[in-house]
Amino acid sequence: MSAPTSEPAFAAVAPPEESAFADALARVLRDPLGALGAALVLLFALSAALAPIIAPYDPNALDVPARLQGPSLAHLLGTDNLGRDVLSRVLYGGRIALGVALTAVGLSLIAGTVLGLIAGYGPRWLDNLLLLLFDSVRAFPVIMFALAVITVVGPSLETVILVVVVTTIPQYARIIRTQTLSLRHTEFILAERSLGAGAPRVLLVHILPNVIGPLLILASMEIPVVITVEAGLSFLGLGVRPPTPSWGNILNDGYAFIRNTPWLVIAAGIPLVLTTLGFTFLGETLRDVFDPRLRRD
Amino acid sequence: MDALLDVRGLSVDFHTPRGRVHALRDVDLRVPRGEVVGLVGESGCGKSTLISAVMRLLADNAEIRGGQVVFDGRDILKLSERELRRLRGERIAMVFQDPMTALNPVLPIATQAIDVQYRVRAGKTEKRRRAIAMLRRVGIPDPERRIDRYPHEFSGGMRQRICIALALIAGPDLLIADEPTTALDVTLEAQIIQLVRELKDEVRGSILFVSHHLGLVAELCDRVTVMYAGEVVETGTVHDVFHRPRHPYTQALLLCDPARIEAATRDLPTIEGEVPSLIRLPEGCVFRPRCPHAFERCLAPPPLYAAADREWDAGQGHAARCHLLDHG
Repeated sequence: MSAPTSEPAFAAVAPPEESAFADALARVLRDPLGALGAALVLLFALSAALAPIIAPYDPNALDVPARLQGPSLAHLLGTDNLGRDVLSRVLYGGRIALGVALTAVGLSLIAGTVLGLIAGYGPRWLDNLLLLLFDSVRAFPVIMFALAVITVVGPSLETVILVVVVTTIPQYARIIRTQTLSLRHTEFILAERSLGAGAPRVLLVHILPNVIGPLLILASMEIPVVITVEAGLSFLGLGVRPPTPSWGNILNDGYAFIRNTPWLVIAAGIPLVLTTLGFTFLGETLRDVFDPRLRRD
Repeated sequence: MDALLDVRGLSVDFHTPRGRVHALRDVDLRVPRGEVVGLVGESGCGKSTLISAVMRLLADNAEIRGGQVVFDGRDILKLSERELRRLRGERIAMVFQDPMTALNPVLPIATQAIDVQYRVRAGKTEKRRRAIAMLRRVGIPDPERRIDRYPHEFSGGMRQRICIALALIAGPDLLIADEPTTALDVTLEAQIIQLVRELKDEVRGSILFVSHHLGLVAELCDRVTVMYAGEVVETGTVHDVFHRPRHPYTQALLLCDPARIEAATRDLPTIEGEVPSLIRLPEGCVFRPRCPHAFERCLAPPPLYAAADREWDAGQGHAARCHLLDHG
């Protein structure tokens, strides 16, 4: 007869440790649209990150005699009107798109969060002032604002980012503000304050984790919008300045030759559409996964 | 007599669109060191306003019209925000009514239990060890593992135990419990009360126990203060107040306690009339419109009369705000 030991029994009872993140990821991938979105985003991110390695040519290397060639083994997507390799330009254009999108969304996410927390938790006059500011920015048409800023500062990558950041801050800030307002009088915040927590501690340790979820989903849905805005402004010649490749100015270069050499437009248009779709699918699936009311299983 | 918490003549108004609500009027409350004081009254009588004022966590539309909240010799109402924060949590801690909403839903217990110790100079492992010890003390089984769970994975009773642990982790001198068992069912209520009673013997500190449950107060507390419509109507030792209630409101309240009703009845007794509007208060004594003993003198507001009418009663501080006690 062996003495009973409690430890093995204990270990057997222990539930499998699974993180919320892994669980969410699994749910996103189970959704066909989510899996497609994730695959497209991954493809886009990899091609942008690895552009210097996988691009067959220097994106700005001119080869005028070989201009406007159709797709061939030497140039998989052909060449443009200055003889530059289109595949290399599209790959480098993806870097610009990703860089602009991540920087702009990241900056406005941070600034919007800070302003939203201040508006929601600070004194009422400050809240009113910030709301007025948010509403004024939102009331201003984005394109008009972009044109005005570009006229003054001149077109550049930084200007595009600035325009996007300024115009999207209110979206993040308003969400954060509303959530903070509804949380600031809940019992657990009161409980924290009764235990001596000051405003920074309440905001950063307790309110932020409660409000960050919807914000990250908004951010993932905002990335495709920013990519399109950058492409649009570059197409109009108001964004990234040539010769730096961007999907927008590749489209613009190809636009003049669309009747004879349509591959130029197609080569830059398809990645733009696929990336935008990928991020949109991923964002929507994320929203469904994190919003229990929309859960179908 | 040296009291740990001594509220003197506290008056608080709320500014509302319908006018000023006189939520607290000339309230006195003493919590002697090492004692458990009960604060009793119906919903809306100002119990929560009083403890919010003690913690200085009143809503933005509140105005303190007068009085002092002296804690350990210093007036809390005069402290700076900085000094106040050092007081909260460290020397005064609070347990809230509803354990389902008093914990941050998105953080595991460990994070919250470690975070509340931010004043302690110790490593994370040490803080975690202390948190686990405290959770074990309040009766959370298997705290080593449970501490990494989220609040929604605990039942109401367990969550209230966690809230108590969080409040006691810094070893406060005064624990304020705001109806800690109201949101729980009767079995759990008994368990939590048992826990508070055990802790009361261990912790050197005082407890201010807010409740509308007379039986609990009688069981748990040394002294009791009864509030009605924003005023203290009677105060004294539990024995005095429960056995010889002097204010007609306290008497009526005790008659209405279902646990004290002896004959079987389908109609539970109630106090006739309703709580007066705190915007337009009745003239004189606040309880006059509902009081069976009201007479002409009640049109003048009564002071707190000492109720020590027997010799061996003297010095216990039994007092009631009623003209019937005025024999001089």
